[in-house]
Amino acid sequence: MALKLPVYMDHAATTPCDPRVVEAMLPYFTEKFGNSGSRNHKFGWEAEDGAEAAREQVAALLGCSPKEVIFTSGATEGNNLAIKGAAEMYERAPAGSAAGTRGHVITVMHEHKAVLDPCKRLQKEGFDVTFLQPPEDGVITAKMVKDAIRPDTVLVSVMWANNELGTINEVPEIGRMIREYRKASGRDDIVFHTDATQWVGKMSTNVEKDAVDLLTFSGHKLYGPKGVGALYVRRKNPRVRLVAQLEGGGQERGFRSGTLNISGIVGLGKACEIAMKEMDADAARLLAFRKKMESELTSRLEVCKVNGHADRRLPHIANISFGFVEGEGLMMAIKEIACSSGSACTSASLEPSYVLKALGVGDELAHSSLRLSMGRWTTQEQVDYTIGKIVEAVNKLRMLSPLWDMHKEGIDISQIEWAQH
Amino acid sequence: MAYSDKVINHYENPRNVGSFGTTSEVKARKDVGVGVVGAPECGDVMQIQIQVDEATNTIKDAKFKCFGCGSAIASSSLATEWIKGRSIEDALKLKNTEIVQELSLPPVKIHCSVLAEDSIRAAIKDWQTKNAKAAPAPASAAH
Repeated sequence: MALKLPVYMDHAATTPCDPRVVEAMLPYFTEKFGNSGSRNHKFGWEAEDGAEAAREQVAALLGCSPKEVIFTSGATEGNNLAIKGAAEMYERAPAGSAAGTRGHVITVMHEHKAVLDPCKRLQKEGFDVTFLQPPEDGVITAKMVKDAIRPDTVLVSVMWANNELGTINEVPEIGRMIREYRKASGRDDIVFHTDATQWVGKMSTNVEKDAVDLLTFSGHKLYGPKGVGALYVRRKNPRVRLVAQLEGGGQERGFRSGTLNISGIVGLGKACEIAMKEMDADAARLLAFRKKMESELTSRLEVCKVNGHADRRLPHIANISFGFVEGEGLMMAIKEIACSSGSACTSASLEPSYVLKALGVGDELAHSSLRLSMGRWTTQEQVDYTIGKIVEAVNKLRMLSPLWDMHKEGIDISQIEWAQH
Repeated sequence: MAYSDKVINHYENPRNVGSFGTTSEVKARKDVGVGVVGAPECGDVMQIQIQVDEATNTIKDAKFKCFGCGSAIASSSLATEWIKGRSIEDALKLKNTEIVQELSLPPVKIHCSVLAEDSIRAAIKDWQTKNAKAAPAPASAAH
């Protein structure tokens, strides 16, 4: 069969819906269209049954009780609710108090913007926030978090796996360290949140064993629909409370008002059920693809670097820098491959990837990185095609690159005084 | 963002790619002027080299190299095409807005055309300095 173009290598941005998910959702648009809040008729009961079955499917994937699952509109909402909701609940001083006195929050410089921005909001509103600097390998350890904890720390938010790099932080270790800290200090007013959007449905998760208090994820990263997600909120040891951020009808036990997106929730549940059965096989297959991609590209191209930790990375995400070529120019040369770049030009700002910068990757390499992320239907043929196209494009662009000439002549471009624009 | 057909054409078939020798070779050549503008951390570095016929003060040949996006590559490719055969005075009259118009560059890509204009000016200035000629036109405005 001929290879169908373009090839989708951007599964960390979003995934296609699994047809089994769509099939499960369809009746909830037409026949079972009820509002789960309608307690007095069959339409309402059917909708509620759909949502409750999905809640069980989500809980099974996370290793928690269905009562600990709150449906949201996605990871951005989940992160906002977890971070602002926990900080406001566990604050040491009321709103309006002096800067830095409401409590201490720990997060990481290369979190997703949906975590960074709520944390910056807290900072403006009187909390003191520590943004941990990641090491060169991008992995946040329990030790780094432990060293930052203070008696007034109310919230720690560390993503499970990074969306640009695929690096895996020490989340279970951080969770267990915080558990120990609670025991040792007698404090139960410090909670641990993880944005697990890139993790859940790809890698095995157990919030009990992994000692997580709050966990966010969204449907569209695990072959479910967009516009739906879930937030896990621990109910015991300790019972975590949150200040609601959306007020209204009191749905989702008051954590999240608003009529439930039943069709989306049913789809999310189905996606979780499929993930539980298939994620191990998917992960093994995609890891082999990723390793092939990384080893071929780094052996066939000079000055080519795989970003992030050597092993502690998700199987399906590769982030690779190609020295002396610019990311957007590169993406144009491989337009048959849909992927992401850390280049400034692909975003509205002129800054190169803040994630790569946080790792200390030089600007010229940060501008030249591609994130290639594979998924359930990625084939060997697509992987081989991608490798071939990238090698061809990088070689072509290096022939055009004045920096490549300088490199070949042995000139260190970091020592040149560039005329700034 | 969609690129114009002309940008794609220059990007896929860039004109006048190359240089008139290694960095030290071109430095030693009095008939060649080199202009390098931009910076790696900004995601654009453009290099234009001109070879000038001294008798006529005419740009006999021009070459470019560019580290940058498709619009930057197209702007520098187009610029070399346009300045070839022009007198130094005429080449200095080339405005970035002409490049913007020809390539239909969107507002976020205007800086690519500015880099092209600046690298032409820098190359001419380099040639003038090497040949101890007084600059006939004011230097380009700072950005």
